[in-house]
Amino acid sequence: MELRKSYFADQRKDDLHEIGQPRPRSDSPGHVTGKTTYFADRNFPGMLHLKMVRSPHHHARIRSIDTSEAEKHPGVVKVLTAKDVPHNVYTILILIQIGPEDETVLADGKVRWKGEAAVAVLAETERAAQEAAAKVKVDYEVLPAVFDMDEALKPGAPIVNEYHGRNYYLYDSGECRKVRFGDVEAGFAGADHVLEQTYQSSPIEHAPTETTGCIVAPEGNDRFTCYTNTQAMFFTLDNTSIILQMPGNKLHFVGGTVGGGFGGKVDVIVEPIAILGAKLTGRPVCFIYSREEEMQISSPRAAEKVVIKDGVMNDGRIVARKVTGYTDAGAYSRHSPYGAQKGAGHYPGPYTIPNVWIDTYCVYTNRTPSSAMRGFGVTIGDFALEVQMDKLARLIGMDPLEFRFINAYRDGDMKAHRQPTEGAALIECMQEASRAANWPVAEKFMAMSSYAKGA
Amino acid sequence: MAKVPVQFTLNGAEKAEFIDSGTTLLHALRDKIGDTSPKGGCHQGTCGACSVIIDGELRLSCLTLAEACNGATITTTSGLSEGGVLHPLQRAFLDAFATQCGFCTPGMIMAAKVLLDHTPNPSREDVVEALSGNICRCTGYEPIIQAVLTAARSNSQNAA
Ligand code: FES
Ligand code: FES
Repeated sequence: MELRKSYFADQRKDDLHEIGQPRPRSDSPGHVTGKTTYFADRNFPGMLHLKMVRSPHHHARIRSIDTSEAEKHPGVVKVLTAKDVPHNVYTILILIQIGPEDETVLADGKVRWKGEAAVAVLAETERAAQEAAAKVKVDYEVLPAVFDMDEALKPGAPIVNEYHGRNYYLYDSGECRKVRFGDVEAGFAGADHVLEQTYQSSPIEHAPTETTGCIVAPEGNDRFTCYTNTQAMFFTLDNTSIILQMPGNKLHFVGGTVGGGFGGKVDVIVEPIAILGAKLTGRPVCFIYSREEEMQISSPRAAEKVVIKDGVMNDGRIVARKVTGYTDAGAYSRHSPYGAQKGAGHYPGPYTIPNVWIDTYCVYTNRTPSSAMRGFGVTIGDFALEVQMDKLARLIGMDPLEFRFINAYRDGDMKAHRQPTEGAALIECMQEASRAANWPVAEKFMAMSSYAKGA
Repeated sequence: MAKVPVQFTLNGAEKAEFIDSGTTLLHALRDKIGDTSPKGGCHQGTCGACSVIIDGELRLSCLTLAEACNGATITTTSGLSEGGVLHPLQRAFLDAFATQCGFCTPGMIMAAKVLLDHTPNPSREDVVEALSGNICRCTGYEPIIQAVLTAARSNSQNAA
């Protein structure tokens, strides 16, 4: 790798010892010898296996749950329902004041997505737990469900989640996150061209090679050690403490190498119920998603819909941008209100546009709750924005890379959410990209800098 | 449940266990014998993380009954390095950044070893074919393919 030292020479001391040097990863020797310990590489005598009874319906009222046959199944030690969970309704981001609590650990009176956990069965073997789970009888009254964000936002749509009472997240700014900068309508009126396009994406599953799970060992002193592949150790500790109404000093979380996460292991789903099982039985408990659960139950990246309207001048300047973003949270919030909010900050893109209007909605539907995945709230937005940029360049007959040079933000530019741009380096990245991809641009663009305006 | 005896050679050592009939080799290795280098990514024969070598052939230990391995010679990735010296494949995976989360790595190395045992100078296509039963969600495969080709070259240099 070549380091181009001409860039930002005044900001850098040339005493780099690590950057530009290949260094062995410290975890690789363990990986290649099979010695790395993943959470499931632990085994405790007397360990119980936890299996969930899951809703076969997208939306249903639970009339009754009968666990009597399951409890009699050979090998079954404990069957848990909503009433066993000390604080059964929670939401992960309550720790950063994003509420209301809207999700049940075990379904209480209602299920809101197909696959929602209703009853937990703990048994001596995985097979016994599975067989007993099939014997739990849940009487459902199926309710109308809504799977599409546009449908969910229409008046009269079935209400997905009563804790919200409406099919969108209510921000302190109202029904959506808003960014207002300049006068977008005046911008459109003065533009040479206006282009409005809609972009949509499906949910995407992370599909880590190691499935989500944890193993819990009760310690003699009333503490519980939880070996987990969570990507969010302290969120998990604190949320578990709330759900189990147990002081954090009773909970010892041991993380370590995660067998692929990509954001899919931040949701605090398996640990609270496994610890509860260990507490109520006094036995070690292992709760590991099957491959099917990993694909169907763990939260995917949200489906998104992005409507972008841009006003552009023939000389290449974008003069107005209006974006309406919709994030499909599924039935529960998890991290989606935050993801949608990130989108609001992000949608202007790395471009300086004088007139911006952004609305982003976090919408509830009866689909699998979505959550974090690599740049959630931003990645799909970037796809939409950059496709839009190419379309705009084509519309005015301009080279797409030169079009981006014209609009790229530079140090000192005010962004739409009123953070001044600092350390942008976008111009320099594009100059390198132009060289590396052998996509030449006019000399004046190669002479630009992120520092100096008017160059 | 009645237990059945199984006996096999694992990485050069004799092993004998009483297991429940129907136990997979993956469970027997991990939970009874304590070799956790084969990983369970799907338990249904689709990911390759549980790959081991049985009598010279690549096998999915999640689909193999332990009791069918009586008398067999089994190799896992934990048995590859000798006296603290990495096997050329392990060395190549390390050097080529062919492992990220590492969960697929033991299975990948098993598949690669069987390839090189049978085909010491594989083409790129041979490598791709040999690894096609092993899923990696992290690396994008390219560094793994390069590592196997590098290991093959270093093997043939050593032999020359
Ligand atoms: S665990 Fe055997 S193939 Fe996936
Ligand atoms: S390194 Fe993570 S699955 Fe291959």
